[in-house]
Amino acid sequence: MTAASKHTATTGNGNKICWSCKGPVDAVALFCDTCGAIQAPGQLDHFARFECARDFNVDIDAIEIQYLKQQQALHPDRFATKSAREKALSQQQAASLNEAFETLKNPVSRAEYMMRMNGVEPEGGEGQTVNDPALLMEAMEMREALDDAGDRAAIDTIIRDVRKMARDCEKEVATAINGGAYDAARKLTTRLRYLLKMAQEARAKKARLAAA
Amino acid sequence: MALLTIHEPGQTPLPHEEERKLAVGIDLGTTNSVVAMSRAEKSEVLRNPDGGSAIVPSVVHYAADGTVTVGEAARDLIDSEASQVVSSVKRLMGRGLEDVKSVAGTLPYHVEIPETVAGSDAATAEPQMVRLNVGNRVLTPVEVSADILRALKARAEAALEQDVEQAVITVPAYFDDAARTATKDAAKLAGIEVLRLVNEPTAAALAYGLDNGAEGLYAVYDLGGGTFDISLLKMQKGVFQVKSTGGDAALGGDDFDHAIVEHILAARKADGIDDTIDSSAAKRLLKVARAIKEALTERDQIDVAVDINDRETTHSITRTGFDAMIAKMVARTVSITEQVLDDADVLPEDVKGVVLVGGSTRVPAVRAAVASLFEQDPLSNIDPDEVVAVGAALQAEALTGGSDNLLLDVIPLSLGLETMGGIVEKVIDRNTPIPVAKGQEFTTYQDGQSAMMIHVVQGEREMVDQCRSLARFVLSGIPPMAAGAARIRVTFQVDADGLLTVSAREETTGTEQEVAVKPTYGINETDMANMLRDSMVNARGDMELRLLTEARVEARRNILAVQAAMKADAELLDADDEGAIAAAVTELETAMAGDDRQIINDLAEALDTASRPFAEKRMDRGIRRALAGQNVNSVGT
Ligand SMILES: Nc1ncnc2c1ncn2[C@@H]1O[C@H](COP(=O)(O)OP(=O)(O)OP(=O)(O)O)[C@@H](O)[C@H]1O
Ligand SMILES: [Mg+2]
Repeated sequence: MTAASKHTATTGNGNKICWSCKGPVDAVALFCDTCGAIQAPGQLDHFARFECARDFNVDIDAIEIQYLKQQQALHPDRFATKSAREKALSQQQAASLNEAFETLKNPVSRAEYMMRMNGVEPEGGEGQTVNDPALLMEAMEMREALDDAGDRAAIDTIIRDVRKMARDCEKEVATAINGGAYDAARKLTTRLRYLLKMAQEARAKKARLAAA
Repeated sequence: MALLTIHEPGQTPLPHEEERKLAVGIDLGTTNSVVAMSRAEKSEVLRNPDGGSAIVPSVVHYAADGTVTVGEAARDLIDSEASQVVSSVKRLMGRGLEDVKSVAGTLPYHVEIPETVAGSDAATAEPQMVRLNVGNRVLTPVEVSADILRALKARAEAALEQDVEQAVITVPAYFDDAARTATKDAAKLAGIEVLRLVNEPTAAALAYGLDNGAEGLYAVYDLGGGTFDISLLKMQKGVFQVKSTGGDAALGGDDFDHAIVEHILAARKADGIDDTIDSSAAKRLLKVARAIKEALTERDQIDVAVDINDRETTHSITRTGFDAMIAKMVARTVSITEQVLDDADVLPEDVKGVVLVGGSTRVPAVRAAVASLFEQDPLSNIDPDEVVAVGAALQAEALTGGSDNLLLDVIPLSLGLETMGGIVEKVIDRNTPIPVAKGQEFTTYQDGQSAMMIHVVQGEREMVDQCRSLARFVLSGIPPMAAGAARIRVTFQVDADGLLTVSAREETTGTEQEVAVKPTYGINETDMANMLRDSMVNARGDMELRLLTEARVEARRNILAVQAAMKADAELLDADDEGAIAAAVTELETAMAGDDRQIINDLAEALDTASRPFAEKRMDRGIRRALAGQNVNSVGT
């Protein structure tokens, strides 16, 4: 953008009216740059929000620094003495900031989010059944192995193996998504979701064994 | 990118000096409560003007003449007037009768069995919060807690020589929605405005972290009188971020006391004495057990004589014996801790320090278990009794604009909805950062179905009856459609206090219901209104005052916003507009000095009208500039 006045520094999303000072404000601005009032959340994609490229291999530590910085300004604790409207807006802003961060933090939700950004509906969402026979077979075998594991050492082995598989699978998801191979990405993401769930169940079983 | 420029904290104007009230921090404990105050990040616990301990035992005595006594004096009356004394009431907040722990079949509380509404079937009647029979009164746990809060408020006002109306109150991290709501209701009854409910371990982390400049990953292990919490936090300069949390809202030092009582009763039974214990005897026995337990922290063995119904027995209880009695409970805290580490994908050795909070962490077996799990000695340079109240006071200061510390917390238990077959559909998972808003779509399962029952539950189990019921409501007015055609979006919103609101909307037609959520264990509006009246808190006056403050805050924001705009876009301001705005501002400011809320609101409206022509000019230019900006861009590409 060439005209460097602050009023023209828009994102191309256009302006809306600031509810507080009634002047123009960028549609995705967090605060009005004239009067400083907090704004309602705009339609801002999660990557843009954290100022990072749309790459599956995000630097989550860098994103977290951004997240905390924004939370410092948007969290309802900063608005405890403000008007009811500002409190409500800060709650909405902080909630959408949390959602953005949580989505990018988890590789499965990040993958699904990136697919949706590209108009691809991920598979195996709520209520949908998965019918990839190879995956079903793999999942069944893992479940049996977990059921058979009787002591903590056996479960630890399973956890380690599953973690390694999940890490490898995540790399494949990255390659598929960044390369625009969404069909492959859908399948791989489903597998990654399974693997992470399995690791979680194994940990839960270990905790149950410890408690008994 | 300009859109992410963040204004500096502190740049926003603070509320006017006259509107800044004193805000204290309150640790409302099961056994002990503490109130503290912080200024410039220097906090102090508040004592009675004549000195003495900072700790107020959470014990209330209700005399026949209506006098209410709280604290030490009330605790001393347990031996002589047990039926008029209530202790550990926090364990009953938002709880049903089925949750109340009994001693050998006898409850340590004089519980009133709620009468089922005439004509309703007892089996299907909704559970509700327990009621206590105290002397000649029937009280809810909320009212008893309110009495404790009143005493703390009075103590703070005496110590600070000033009115105290606002507080940060701590709750166990593992408190569910019903218990949190009950705590807020208690504060309302006591005439305290709750600035924020803060989780106890998070408050402790704030106090510890600031004091010690802690950075990195810390665990806070809090075992108090009635509850166990374990939280894992990342601390860095000014930000305290909870990564995961877990606990048991019904596990604490009280349960150790119960174990000792049961041990003694079993020993007497073995001697052929069959005691019948009423709840007054249970209260006295629990008091003895607690003294034994605390003594065993220093000594290896305690001998005690127990007299029930004039049959005296003597018992010798050793530290090893006690350790065995509580071993299962200690192991349970360890396994919950392991789960919390797992949830955050953290190994014990990644944890830089372990902060111990709560009186029950003085028990040597507890200390040893924690040390062995984390393979390090827990930090001991803190007062486990005061650290939570101090953290609450620091947070009260942060909220009223005195500091920039930020607490980022999570929800402790998953929230979900009942679906077909009594299965829970989770909407928000535990350990999700708050505030959070999440929606889920459901559909009808019958042709022409016009209403849908929405049952909100909290917990980790798969079946509804194993989770805690929070609320039920009916979304009605769904237009007739084929089964499965309606799209009902249920939205859960959890605020920074960890409190839930639910809304539902039929998406194909936009039928939105103003839903009245009926909290299962809550107190309904009528009862609350009656209690407020009885408690002599001038609820209406309070409300009026709050609305007046709100009107002033809003008016001030209005003036500042217009002035900021006048400064930024001065060239668009003609003399007429400027004169009109200046006049409106002067009038509004005069009104704000008075206390007529209606006039303030009317004149704020008038300022709005006066500044409208100016606002329109600003908007017009904004649009023109945006268009020009786009032209520049499209030329450039
Ligand atoms: N020296 C001691 N040895 C063993 N237990 C102790 C000792 N001192 C206090 N306790 C126990 O600690 C408990 C009270 O701890 P604390 O004051 O931290 O609880 P609380 O804050 O009131 O409860 P909660 O946080 O669960 O609501 C009581 O059960 C008490 O018996
Ligand atoms: Mg406590």
